[in-house]
Amino acid sequence: MFSKNDVLETIAMVEKEHLDIRTITMGISLLGCIRESAEETATKVYDFVCTKAENIVKTAKDLSGEYGIPIVNKRVSVTPVSLISAAFPEKAPLIGKALDDAAATLGIDFLGGYSALVHKATAEYERIFIKTIPEVLATTNRLCSSVNVGSTKSGINMEAVKLMGEAFKEAAYLTKDKDGIGAAKLVAFCNAVEDNPFMAGAFHGVGEADVVINVGVSGPGVVKHALEQIPDADLTEAAEMIKRTAFKITRAGQLVAKEAAKRLNAQFGIVDLSLAPTPAMGDSVAQILEELGIETVGGHGTTAALAMLNDAVKKGGVMASSRVGGLSGAFIPVSEDIGMIEAAEKGAITLDKLEAMTCVCSVGLDMIAIPGDTPATTIAAMIADEAAIGMINNKTTAVRIIPAPGKRVGDQVSFGGLLGRAPIMPVHNCDSSRLINRGGNIPAPIHSFKN
Amino acid sequence: MRAVVTVTGKDKKGIIAQVSAFLAEKGVNIEDISQTILGEYFAMIMIADIKDAKEELSVLAQECAQLGKKIGMSIYMQHEDIFNAMHNV
Repeated sequence: MFSKNDVLETIAMVEKEHLDIRTITMGISLLGCIRESAEETATKVYDFVCTKAENIVKTAKDLSGEYGIPIVNKRVSVTPVSLISAAFPEKAPLIGKALDDAAATLGIDFLGGYSALVHKATAEYERIFIKTIPEVLATTNRLCSSVNVGSTKSGINMEAVKLMGEAFKEAAYLTKDKDGIGAAKLVAFCNAVEDNPFMAGAFHGVGEADVVINVGVSGPGVVKHALEQIPDADLTEAAEMIKRTAFKITRAGQLVAKEAAKRLNAQFGIVDLSLAPTPAMGDSVAQILEELGIETVGGHGTTAALAMLNDAVKKGGVMASSRVGGLSGAFIPVSEDIGMIEAAEKGAITLDKLEAMTCVCSVGLDMIAIPGDTPATTIAAMIADEAAIGMINNKTTAVRIIPAPGKRVGDQVSFGGLLGRAPIMPVHNCDSSRLINRGGNIPAPIHSFKN
Repeated sequence: MRAVVTVTGKDKKGIIAQVSAFLAEKGVNIEDISQTILGEYFAMIMIADIKDAKEELSVLAQECAQLGKKIGMSIYMQHEDIFNAMHNV
């Protein structure tokens, strides 16, 4: 049984510290929707997604009411569309449009899976598919896209890396009237996971069940508040406090995930333990690092503090949930975290430091706005760097970078809502095009040969 | 099915009377009440049986929040499982 203090603590977490379930994401397999033509397939996809996820918004609202914990986002992820459209890749945008329409009908905020998995090589249908991504992102509202360009097991597909550099550039250009928001809905991955509930990188892997519920918990504010109670504790104690807090947060996620799966006739998939910030005050991962003792995030010591935070969150979370998956770690998106935004405005945090931080936490260079005239090959080179970190360290890394059209260092982009705002950050101006234009593969590292 | 009703805010007269009258009207049976006053701060936690309640828990929770606004307190009604999950190993 719980005590009076437990009850009051939970309520304070929700009222004052932004505890919430960040997302309930329904993964839906579209493999059974493939028909002879793109048109028939698109119709089937729309109907199927609308039927399977019909009650997701209502169920989330009910659960939120019953447990007294906000459920912020309701989302859907689907089988990578490149597979569904392999027979007619140039018509893949029809399926993208059908998915976007389904998302609007369901009233969900994002739908992920306009994706391709090309970590070893790019098949012809995938090459055509990847080239459709920028236009599709510019003509849809809720659809998200991701491409897996490398893995520890297979190395890095440098042709795909080059294509993605171009895709980011074009996606931003085609949405130039909205600060390049198209690029904010696109992710390049290394070691992409098949059960990620978070956007923009969610897709439903082919190794998954038909319909699955994955839940992403959150609570940077709760962790920060817990650390504020022990300002003079040593780092061993601080890590312990983070672990205990992560346990509680994850238990709430586990409860909601299991109940949601039951009510939606889906399998319970995983709970993703990521600490996901929002632009709201007090909901920041950067401010946790500052609470640990760094004046401004980006200063020396940031990587160490982040490594500890990320590990402690995982340890607490793994104990709390029967099935953990997704990305599970601390997110460090720039535009979605008020502490990061402020540090970037002051010039305290740079791309180089962010890259170092991605070695010890989940995901990667996330929601970073860079000058619009950055060459596609330079963006590709950033993707290659990040993919190399993921490949060598056996972890998921990603790039979601926005080359904001017409903007320079000192300007700002603003996407509104959860995507937030960001100052344009400087990039290195030296030319990386020779490396990128070489093509080929970066071979898998020696430690991948475990068979 | 049991729910936990939590009432917090500045202490004043008649809080328990108003909250329990509301719950009785909705067919909710109060099984346990504990209450503390710290200075001017009032905190009350009730364990309530809602199996014969006239409405769904999510609706009751909303109505509790509205009643809270009316009487100037913060009132939550939540399924007990959330506390069991978060605070028990």
